[in-house]
Amino acid sequence: MAQTIGTHGEPDLRPAGLRGVAADFASDQRAFKTASWGKAMMWIFLLSDTFVFGCFLIAYMTARMSTPVAWPNPSEVFALHIGGQDVPLILIAIMTFVLISSSGTMAMAVNFGYRRDRRTTAILMLLTALLGACFVGMQAFEWTKLITEGVRPWGNPWGAAQFGSTFFMITGFHGTHVTIGVIFLLIVARKVWRGDFDQERRGFFTSRRGRYEAVEIMGLYWHFVDLVWVFIFAFFYLW
Amino acid sequence: MNETAAHAHIQSGQRLQTGQQHPIRLYLLVWGMLFVLSAFSYMVDYLGFQGYLRWTLILLFMMLKAGLIVAVFMHMAWERLALVYAILLPPLLVLVFVALMVSEADYTIFTRLAFFGTGP
Repeated sequence: MAQTIGTHGEPDLRPAGLRGVAADFASDQRAFKTASWGKAMMWIFLLSDTFVFGCFLIAYMTARMSTPVAWPNPSEVFALHIGGQDVPLILIAIMTFVLISSSGTMAMAVNFGYRRDRRTTAILMLLTALLGACFVGMQAFEWTKLITEGVRPWGNPWGAAQFGSTFFMITGFHGTHVTIGVIFLLIVARKVWRGDFDQERRGFFTSRRGRYEAVEIMGLYWHFVDLVWVFIFAFFYLW
Repeated sequence: MNETAAHAHIQSGQRLQTGQQHPIRLYLLVWGMLFVLSAFSYMVDYLGFQGYLRWTLILLFMMLKAGLIVAVFMHMAWERLALVYAILLPPLLVLVFVALMVSEADYTIFTRLAFFGTGP
């Protein structure tokens, strides 16, 4: 972990630890010595998105703590009737595994990208997009099921009225993030497939040279979507 | 850790492209661990644990999963501390917000019960 590499490949002799933090922030031109501007900006965007989802989860906590009416039991609400018995939370568990698998394939895509294996990278990214689309599909199924059972933003048959509004708000925003991620994945996968990052073809918007780092930045966004789901799964579905 | 070093790829006459390069085995291992941890957190619900045991286990598995994703999949373990601190410290302030809203929610339910009884 102490070993760091400059963006241009030369060994970096910068100090490590807290002394390194002070030196980096006090240095000229740029504070993030190993992250390109693209990667740093994606991280800062993700930080702001963390606050957005943090506020949603805090709103959910406040609603759930301040209502005198019992909160509907998610274990029963999200149960599916399979083979003559109710299996608790099974759809949510499958969605979790699908999203984790998509994170796995994305991490491998980043790895093959830096090995300059154009074909494998594109295939893994398409697989990631497919798993992401599966996730959104299952979420649509879940929404349909709950809406037909009478869940509305202003009420539901099982308990506290705030259940519906927090559910639609939180999973809806997360689903939107996954959908945008799938579109983003398809765009980057097309660029990889076409060889943009091997020929350093310039981007249509930024006019900067294409680099395989774009795959890693795409991966940061995708892993973040998975990360948010970890928190939603824990706080909304399991709590 | 030698594998943490990123390798520079020199192409014929082109500029350098560097990046995170780690063995595939590491990603597969983390992938497997995330699967196992997810199965554990599902079992917390399936086995019907309640109370503090349930909440502790949920938070434990959640933090382990989040840590693995951020550290390995998002490569935070190999970034310089300046970036790590700039990104990972600010979200801790959310905990202050949580504390404020816990106190606020306690007050809300207190007034609701005091003025409306048990019903809304």
